[in-house]
Amino acid sequence: MSLAVNNIKTFPMGGVHPAENKLTAGKPIEKLIAPKQVAIPISQHIGAPAKPIVEQREKVKVGQVIAMSAGFVSTNIHATISGTVAKIDKVMDSTGYKREAIIIKAGKEEEEWADGIDLSDDLVEDISLGKEEIIKRVLEAGIVGLGGATFPSHVKLSVPKGRKAEYLILNGVECEPYLTADHRLMLEKGEEIIVGARILMKALEVDKAIIGIEKNKPDAIEKMAGLTADENGISVQPLKVQYPQGGEKQLIKAALNREVPSGGLPIDVGVVVHNVGTAFAVYEAVQKNKPLVERVVTITGKDMKSPSNFMVRIGTPVNNLVEAAGGIPENTGKVISGGPMMGKALNSVDVPVAKGTSGILLIPNEEAKRGKMKVCIRCSKCVDVCPMGLEPYLLMTLTQKELFERVEEDHVLDCIECGSCSFTCPSDRPLLDYIRLGKKTVASLIRERNN
Amino acid sequence: MSVQFLTVSPSPHIHSEDTIQKLMYGVIIAMLPALAISFFVFGIGALYVTLLSIVSCVIIEFLLTRYLLRKDPTILDGSAIITGILLAFNVPSSLPWWAIIIGSLVAIGIGKTAFGGLGNNPFNPALVGRVFLLISFPVQMTSWPVPFESRLQFLDAATGATPLAIVKEGVDAGIPIPQLMNEIPSYLGLFLGGLGGSVGEVSAIGLIIGFVYMLWKKIITWHTPVSMLATIVVFTGILWIINPEKYIDPVFHLITGGVLLGAFFMATDYVTSPMSSRGMLMYGAGIGFITVVIRVFGSYPEGVSFAILIMNGFVPLMNKYIKPKRFGNKKNG
Repeated sequence: MSLAVNNIKTFPMGGVHPAENKLTAGKPIEKLIAPKQVAIPISQHIGAPAKPIVEQREKVKVGQVIAMSAGFVSTNIHATISGTVAKIDKVMDSTGYKREAIIIKAGKEEEEWADGIDLSDDLVEDISLGKEEIIKRVLEAGIVGLGGATFPSHVKLSVPKGRKAEYLILNGVECEPYLTADHRLMLEKGEEIIVGARILMKALEVDKAIIGIEKNKPDAIEKMAGLTADENGISVQPLKVQYPQGGEKQLIKAALNREVPSGGLPIDVGVVVHNVGTAFAVYEAVQKNKPLVERVVTITGKDMKSPSNFMVRIGTPVNNLVEAAGGIPENTGKVISGGPMMGKALNSVDVPVAKGTSGILLIPNEEAKRGKMKVCIRCSKCVDVCPMGLEPYLLMTLTQKELFERVEEDHVLDCIECGSCSFTCPSDRPLLDYIRLGKKTVASLIRERNN
Repeated sequence: MSVQFLTVSPSPHIHSEDTIQKLMYGVIIAMLPALAISFFVFGIGALYVTLLSIVSCVIIEFLLTRYLLRKDPTILDGSAIITGILLAFNVPSSLPWWAIIIGSLVAIGIGKTAFGGLGNNPFNPALVGRVFLLISFPVQMTSWPVPFESRLQFLDAATGATPLAIVKEGVDAGIPIPQLMNEIPSYLGLFLGGLGGSVGEVSAIGLIIGFVYMLWKKIITWHTPVSMLATIVVFTGILWIINPEKYIDPVFHLITGGVLLGAFFMATDYVTSPMSSRGMLMYGAGIGFITVVIRVFGSYPEGVSFAILIMNGFVPLMNKYIKPKRFGNKKNG
């Protein structure tokens, strides 16, 4: 490549390389028609659920706040179609539990957006807002980490006192097999993402940004490198195709060779990481005054008729996406929200798309069931592939034996739940299941100890 | 319309292609080059010993698992076949049938099933069987058929000493090394497959091909074999530089006495080797060190089997105290 692109890098230990299956890499993002009814959960982010501020039968416009942030780690929720609030009720969401959601029914008349939202496609490059205003706007627009973590973005932009950010890293790695939402967004909205990056840099007061992209997306690397050629301080970092390259800690290590300490945050090494999708959402919020009412979702699966990338209103039933992609294949055995390595299995396609829904993956019957668990042959492959340097086989055994003190000593809390161990185990042992159990127990033991 | 009975389970939702069978049969494939060269060098004796050993190991495993452990036998996982081949690899091609069966019984019965079967045995089963035979039937276990000479015979095969034994006895008798070198085949011959000795150690090249195959297929990692071989080279190299009259050179040590067989196929046994790569490095170094100590200062001409078994005993301790490098923990790094 002629452009100033760094050498390919990767994180130093562990990792796996599942079949990429990026079936939708060549499919442009299509706008999915706004549904007649949406169910918008009030808890789509990490932190306190938002507080509903609308009432039954109230008329709402697209982009109007319908639930307010309820604390520092929380964020706003907006109406994603115009119409009437049908009810506020418990609805099953992607967690499998019934949780509170605001249900809006579309009116007969044409869609109506809230005032002051710029719906044009014109690129607005000049950033007029200052640091504090940007952070405020990000909160108002209800932006959360769109890579799937759904951590409220304004919190990440508010650097704690005494810390200083040096780098912004934009995560365009998309290391999960199948998913292509970020890939397509970089290709189609690259200019906007760069402006978004500059907004984030301004809010963080940093002058250096790195965009990390796995090298299985050469077109995206080229596109972003072309756009950053004249940008001061923004560069593109191609990365080896190795899962979990897009894990926050792995990405920072690969791009900057800095190691986030155990139990620490990226800001401890002077870095803040945002997803490229988040950067796009920030651009829209700050430059166009448009809150987070829609996102790109990849709907895919080996037997899907037409796997696609859709721009979807939050709250749209997953079933609408499935239908738009050609209907549910008969042999579907599992429906996953997110990627196959870290996504959540859904128990129904009637749940709504949420802010963190990066993809919907339909897995055929024959791949849906796990293999029968066999005895551990101590091949040490789980140790080999752990990107955090843990010993999954040991953590599983210790958890089974309820030796939680040793589970804690062996750094269970460092586990990022990437699933490489369970993926690789030749004996089909449910390593991560037990590690999660161990992690949860240890975390609650620590809480008890501190009280 | 919607699909009923969706499977709901925690992530990850996909699995690699690896299965126990695939890994075990990969090891078996890796052993084939050495086996083929051995058939060529030792003739039907090697074939007979290998087949009998495999069959008896598999049958014994089946019977013991079913009637003693009362579990479903998993003989098709390939591990009993590996034990069978490895046991055959470690004995002379003229070993009588009853000794092979006793060896299999000890390997599978005492070495493996007594501890609960695959995954639970602390010591390499094939080596347990081999060492039991060596101690119990030293005559039969050290009658080495001469390469290429009696390929069509079995029991009456002409026997001779292994190169390692020739050197060991010569040195003990005070004969200088350069003179002894005339009595053993050329290194190239040893490398390709002219080595008097057990079924599996006959050809360095065959073993190396298998090793490369296993690395390529990611069945094993390099840590244990490389650390073991490097230790042997360094240790014997120092002795050789000090006194080349009394101590033979490192290359000879590498290609004789089952060092490569041990390094590639026995020290790398999943169940009985350490879990972390740091542990593997130390484990390999320990095997190399003990091997040289036994060979040079002990009374056995070769020492790989004992060295591996001794280090097997340290593996649980190593797993407990030698931890992988943790991400984000400087004090452990």
